[in-house]
Amino acid sequence: MTDVNVIINEKIEKFGKERQALMPILQGIVADKNYITEDELLKVAEALDLSAADVYGTATFYTFLDVVPRGKYVIRVCKTISCHMAGKDEIIEALEKTLKVKLGETTPDKKFTLLQANCMGWCHKGPVMLINDEVYPELTSEKAIAIVEEYIAK
Amino acid sequence: MENKKLTKVDLIFENDGTCATTVLDKIKAMSQDDIIMEMIDSGLKGRGGAGFPTGLKWKFTKAENSFDKYIVCNADEGEPGTFKDREILDTVPSKVFAGMTIAGYAIGAKVGYLYLRAEYNFLLKKLNDKLDSFNATIKDKGFDFRIEIRSGAGAYICGEESALFESIEGKRGEPRNKPPYPTVSGLFGKPTVINNVETLVYATMIMKYGADNFKKMGTQDSRGSKVFSISGDTPNAGIYELELGMTVEDFVSDFGDGDTKAVQVGGASGLCVPRKKFADMIIGYEGVPTGGSMMLFNSSRSMYNVLKDYLEFFAEESCGQCTPCRVGCQQLLEGIEAVKRGEKHPSYLESLKKLAETMKLSAKCGLGQSVANPFVSIVDNFREEIIY
Repeated sequence: MTDVNVIINEKIEKFGKERQALMPILQGIVADKNYITEDELLKVAEALDLSAADVYGTATFYTFLDVVPRGKYVIRVCKTISCHMAGKDEIIEALEKTLKVKLGETTPDKKFTLLQANCMGWCHKGPVMLINDEVYPELTSEKAIAIVEEYIAK
Repeated sequence: MENKKLTKVDLIFENDGTCATTVLDKIKAMSQDDIIMEMIDSGLKGRGGAGFPTGLKWKFTKAENSFDKYIVCNADEGEPGTFKDREILDTVPSKVFAGMTIAGYAIGAKVGYLYLRAEYNFLLKKLNDKLDSFNATIKDKGFDFRIEIRSGAGAYICGEESALFESIEGKRGEPRNKPPYPTVSGLFGKPTVINNVETLVYATMIMKYGADNFKKMGTQDSRGSKVFSISGDTPNAGIYELELGMTVEDFVSDFGDGDTKAVQVGGASGLCVPRKKFADMIIGYEGVPTGGSMMLFNSSRSMYNVLKDYLEFFAEESCGQCTPCRVGCQQLLEGIEAVKRGEKHPSYLESLKKLAETMKLSAKCGLGQSVANPFVSIVDNFREEIIY
């Protein structure tokens, strides 16, 4: 993991010490650390000369900018209509059993968080899930379990 | 799949490695006004769903007197049932970049931003690599223009143009009041052209083949072709580019599974067309407009579940800024649940319809305004399924 100040400075260099650097900084922290801590939010606010409330308000607006602890691999199963009709409930059930967590929870070893999310743009190939940025379309319960087991072995 | 009734088109995905550079050489010899006239003449309307004439958008932005102007490519494709922009960005990205460059040249912008939804982050590396060489190419050709990519972070509302600007500016993605429209005050408060991914590729193809060839296709109100994202109860789910002007019946005869009872045209925020209206409903601006999402439902599906799914989606994705949308979405959802459980009399649906119509008039942006589309069209046409 990279020091948060390194991420902040790297993004400021690229996007300027302006408000428009905020999203790239927050995205950079999530990409590196899976979620943003209170302490990190304060450091970002200080670096960009913004109020802490403003930074927190921006981060919490966006589903992918997590401010609560998340696992190393965040699994997001699509829950919107086409994936719902194609059987996303069975996928979630299978993953809950494999990871021994309920939807919304993180495994005790902090490796996986299981979530559902809105439409991911794979309606013709549902059910689909994202593991961090990777996409896994055309799932069956067996296929989803096999994919997650590969991550467990990592 | 063999098409029976519909004419397939191959413009968007026409694989042409040199298409972008050829077109850029061609437009370099044209004046800004000639390009804009060609776009207006083509009759192209925005392919993201709202359908504003693209050439006029460019014309209005060019007319603004400002040193800084921007082009924004809206790649925040989030409408349930829509997935064509992902395919376009994956397979023909240089034609998207070329469209942005054409628009930039035509209105006098020096910078273009492509706003990519976070769910498509897996495309980011490939797009950035392509973009590096593209930016170098246009610089060599003498265009004073460069393109940058910005990422979203999982908010459907950022597909709304002014919310998207807020997000690029580093703020919460809350829509602005309109007017002023983006052509006057858009990104960073400067005149901005914001176009959908597919619209920009059509701009490239119109510059390649000419407006006359483009407008030969389609109808008077809906010129040209369109990329459709087809899903639900169909044996042929996928992405198809089709000539505009077909009826829902023609569409269903090619894509239905023989038992189609309804087609949701335009995604969750679009209209639900029941079987009895298939024959005379045209897919286009004279009938049911669409950003390309076509979801088919057969008789095994409960339309109550479909509507509930949509309302859950809107209740979650509403930005919460304006009361009609924030409270309205929740009330509509709780309302149909109460009717279903028998806690409310079926006539309560009439009150809910009034609420949806009120949202159409009073919500700040397109999200809250369009919830009435699925709500009223599903409740009116499938009332029994909602109640029992």
